[in-house]
Amino acid sequence: MFIMKTIKLLSMMKTIKLLSMLAFAGIVLASCSNDDDPEEVHEEETITTMTVTLTPDAGGTTITLKSYDSDGDGPNDPELTVSGNLTAGATYSGSVTFSNETEDPAEDITEEVEEENTDHQLFYSYTGAIIDVYNLDLDDDGNDLGLSFDLDTDAAGSATLTVSLVHEPTKPNDGTIADAGGSTDYTATFSVSVE
Amino acid sequence: MKAWLIMFTLVFVQFTVQSQQCKSVITGVVTDFHDMTPLVRASVTLIGKKDAIFYTDVNGFFEIPDLCDGPYELEIYHPECQSAFMKVDLETNLNLNIFLEHHFEVLEEVKVTGNRVTKTNSAIEETLKLKTIEQYGSASLGDALKEINGISSLNTGANIVKPTIHGLSGSRVLVLNNGVRMQDMEWGAEHAPNVDVNAAGSISVIKGASALQYGGDAIGGVILIEQNRFAKKDSLFGKTILTGILNGRGGKINTDLTKTYENGWFVKGQASYKRLGDQEAPDYILSNTGVKEIGASLHFGKENFTSGWRGSYSFFNTEIGILSASHIGSVDDLIRAINDDEPTVVDPFTYDITSPRQEVTHHLGKFKYYKRYEGLGKFNVQYDFQNNRRYEYDVRTGDDKYKPSIDLELTTHTLTSDFKWDAKSGFDLTVGLMGRYQNNFANPDTGVRRLIPDYDKYDAGFFSIMEFDLGEDWKMDTGLRYDYSKIDAKKYYKISRWEERGYDADFSDIIIRETESSQYLTHPVFDYHNVSATLGVNYSTDNQHSLSFNYALANRAPNPSELFSDGLHHSAARIELGDLRITSETSHKASMSLIKDGVWGYTLEPYVNYINDFIYLEPTDVEYTVRGSFPVWEYHQTNARILGVDLSVYANWADHWRTDHKFSLTKGKDLTDDEPLINIPAANIRNKISFTTPWKNLEIGLESKYVFKQNETPEDIYVYSTEQQEDVLLEINSAPDAYHVLSLNSSMDFNFEKSTLTVSLIGTNILDVSYRDYLNRLRYYADDLGRNIILQFKLNY
Repeated sequence: MFIMKTIKLLSMMKTIKLLSMLAFAGIVLASCSNDDDPEEVHEEETITTMTVTLTPDAGGTTITLKSYDSDGDGPNDPELTVSGNLTAGATYSGSVTFSNETEDPAEDITEEVEEENTDHQLFYSYTGAIIDVYNLDLDDDGNDLGLSFDLDTDAAGSATLTVSLVHEPTKPNDGTIADAGGSTDYTATFSVSVE
Repeated sequence: MKAWLIMFTLVFVQFTVQSQQCKSVITGVVTDFHDMTPLVRASVTLIGKKDAIFYTDVNGFFEIPDLCDGPYELEIYHPECQSAFMKVDLETNLNLNIFLEHHFEVLEEVKVTGNRVTKTNSAIEETLKLKTIEQYGSASLGDALKEINGISSLNTGANIVKPTIHGLSGSRVLVLNNGVRMQDMEWGAEHAPNVDVNAAGSISVIKGASALQYGGDAIGGVILIEQNRFAKKDSLFGKTILTGILNGRGGKINTDLTKTYENGWFVKGQASYKRLGDQEAPDYILSNTGVKEIGASLHFGKENFTSGWRGSYSFFNTEIGILSASHIGSVDDLIRAINDDEPTVVDPFTYDITSPRQEVTHHLGKFKYYKRYEGLGKFNVQYDFQNNRRYEYDVRTGDDKYKPSIDLELTTHTLTSDFKWDAKSGFDLTVGLMGRYQNNFANPDTGVRRLIPDYDKYDAGFFSIMEFDLGEDWKMDTGLRYDYSKIDAKKYYKISRWEERGYDADFSDIIIRETESSQYLTHPVFDYHNVSATLGVNYSTDNQHSLSFNYALANRAPNPSELFSDGLHHSAARIELGDLRITSETSHKASMSLIKDGVWGYTLEPYVNYINDFIYLEPTDVEYTVRGSFPVWEYHQTNARILGVDLSVYANWADHWRTDHKFSLTKGKDLTDDEPLINIPAANIRNKISFTTPWKNLEIGLESKYVFKQNETPEDIYVYSTEQQEDVLLEINSAPDAYHVLSLNSSMDFNFEKSTLTVSLIGTNILDVSYRDYLNRLRYYADDLGRNIILQFKLNY
C-alpha cells in the first residue's frame, strides 16, 4: 500500500527526476570507490632459472646447462647457455636447481621442490649422442623425483636434452609426461655437442 | 447466426447472398477499435481446419474462399492487440466486421502466428513461438534460437552456447533481456548469455543492425527476449514445467505464477532449477560436463493504457563443468588431443563438477515508467542495474587449487528514455536517449595476471527512427543513431610485452609508473564516436506477399578483450594479445527479404555484409616460455565480407500434414589477405515433416539436419613440439566432416476442468551418430552429444 500511495503522490516528472537522481547517485558512488590504482598481481612460484650441472664420473670439466627467462609468459624467449661440450662415451652425474631471479637475493625454488617431492617430478628426454638418463633420485614414496640423475654419452656427435619439471604428476608413471599428466612448471631443451 | 466473444472484441455478423456448398466465402474487415483505422496484416486463422492463415490487406480486408458450410472457429490476431476468438456457423457467405482493441495488453497466451510479428519494417527478423521456447526450456537460449534459419552458435561443449547471427557472435550480437541490454562479459568466446530461457514470453531475432533503438553496434544482430503483457482482469494463473533429460541424467523444473487485477496491477514470479551430470557422446562419457543452473524473476507493476510502471528483478546463477579432456597445459597436449580420436580423460559418470569450470551470477533490476499523451504519442523512461560476477576455475596445483584463475565483477547502470509519436496514421517517429556507466573489477587475489584490467566505461547515445507509408503498398523506414563511448582503464603491462607491442613509441604518455617486478602501470583512456544509420522499404501488394530491402550502417567500438587481452590463457594453452591501437569496426549490410504466406509459403533472405576494420582473433606466431611453446593469438583488423542466403519453405500438403525445409549458407572472406574468415558456420539443410491433429492437440514431427563440412577455413599453423623436438603442423583450423542428425518431437494435451497438461517427448540425435561441429571449441577433444531423450510435462493452471 505504501508503494501505491507513494507512486500516486509523485507526479510523472517527479518520478523521472527521482529516477535520474538515483541513477546519477549510483554512478557517482560507483565512480568514487575506484580511484585507487589496482593492486599488482604477483604470480606465485615464478621460476626464472633452471641450472643443470653435469659432472663427469671419470673426472674432467663440469658442464652447466642454464635456462633463464626474465619475463615468464612474456614475449622474451628463455636464454639458453651451455658451458661446453660433453665427452664421448662418458658417464655424468647430473643435478638440477631452480631459482627465481626476479627477487633480490634470488630465491631458491629447489628447496620447495624437495619439500613437496611427492608432488613433483623431473622428466628427461634426449636424442642423438646422449643415450641414457637413469638412476633418478626418489621421493618420499619411493617414486622417481629426478633432481639428480646419471647420464651416458655415446660416440661423438650432436645431442639434445630436454628437462621438464612437472607439478602434480600421476605417480608412479612410465617416465613420460604424456603418461604422468600434471602441469609443466618449467621445461627447456638444450642442444649440446659430444666430442 | 452465433457469435461468441472473448474480452473486448465486438463482432457484427451479417448475412449476404446465399451460395453453393463448398464455394462459400468468409470476408471481413479488421479495424482498430480506437481510431477506426484498418489493421494491416492482421492474421485470421481457421482453427482446427487446414492450418490456413489469411492476412488482411492495407484496407484491413481479408477473404477466405472455397469453404464448405458448417461451424468454424476463427482466431484474429494482430501484434499489439488482444487476440480474438470467434465461432461462426457458415450457412452461406459471411461478411464480418471485426474490431480489435489496439494497444491492449495481450493475454498470457501469446499467439505468434507464423513469424510475422515485427519490430522493424524492413529488416530480416523472426520470432520464436512460445511452444518452441518451452520445448527448449531445459536447454539454452542459443539452442532455442538455432530453430531460426540463419542462426547458429559458437559452443564450448554443449552447455556454453553463444548465439551466432549470419556468422557473427559475441559483442556483435546484442541480447535485450526484458528491454535491458545484457552486460554479461559477452566479449569472451566461452561466455554464454546469462539468461534463463524459461523466463521469456517471446524471443525475436533481428538479423542485422537495423533496430537502432537497441544500439548502434549490432553488426550481427539483436536478440529480443520479452515478457508478455498482462491482461487487465482479476485472474490468477500459472504453469509448471517438469523436464527429465536422459543424456546427463538430470532435469529441470520451472514454475511461474501470475496474479492480475482489473485495475492494472499485476505481479508475476518465476523460478527454475536445472541439474545435469556428465553428458555422453555415443562412445564415451564426456567427463566433467555437468551443469547446475538457478533462475528466478519477479515482475510487478501497474499498467494501464494511458500510463503505467513496472519493476522487475531477475537472478541467474550457473555453474558449468568444462570437459576435463579440454584442459591442456602445453602445445604437446593440444597436438595429442587433435590426433587422438578419444578424449584423454574419460571417467565414470558423476554429478560432480570439478575444474575446469565456470561459475557466473547475474543480477538484473529494472524500473520502467510510461505515459501516453492523447493525440501525440508515448513516453518511456527506464533505469536498469546489472551485476555480473564471473569465476573461472582452471586445473591448478598446490595452494591455488581452489582459487579461480579469473574473477571479474562487472557492474552497469543504464538510463534510457524515448518518445514515440504515433498519433498520425501512417507515420511514426521515435527519438530516444541512453546513458550508461559501467565498472569492471578484476580481483587480484587470483594470483594470475589479469586477463581484463579494471576499467570504467561511459556510454551515451541518441537515436531517431521514423516509419511512414509511401503510397498504398510501400512503407519506408529510416533511422540515425550516434553513440559516444569512453573507456578508462588501469592496466599493468610487462615491460617486455609493452616493448614487443611497440607501445613505447605510441603510448609512452600513459605510463603512470614502473613497478619493482618490471611492469608498467598504465592508464589507457580511449574515446569512440560512432554513427549508425538504417534505411529500408517494404512493399506488400496483397495479404500474402511481402518484399523488403534494408541497408544498415553500424559501427562498433572495440571491447575490453580486443583492446587489453594480454597473457597466457592456461586452459586453452595459448597466448592472447589485444591491441591498444584497435579502432571501431564499420559494417555495411544490405539485405532483402521475399515472403509468401498461405497454404504453402517461403521466405528468401539474401544478404551481404561488408565490414571494414573487422576485428578478429587469429593464430599468428609461437612464443617460447619456461612452460614450453605456445601459439600466439592476436587481435587484428582487416576488411571482411560476409555473404549469405537463408531460404525456408513450408507446405501444408493435407489436413494434418506439413513439411518445412530450411537452407542456410554463409560465406566469410578476409578481403585484405584473400583468405577465408575463421569460425564461419558451415552450410546446413533442415527438413521436417509434421503431423498435427486437433484431437488432444497431438503433434508429431521428425526433423533431419545435415551440416556440410566447412571447407573454407584459414590455414593451419606450425608449432614446435617439445616432445617430438621438431616443428609439427597444428591442425587448429581444419574443420570436421559433414554430419547428419535426426530428431523427433511429439506432444499431446490433456484437458482437465481448470488446467491443461501437455506431455512432450523429444528425441535428439536419435540415431546416436558420432560427430563433431566446426563451431564447437571443444571439437579437438571429444565428439558432440549422443542420443538424448527429453520427457516434459507442462501443467497450465
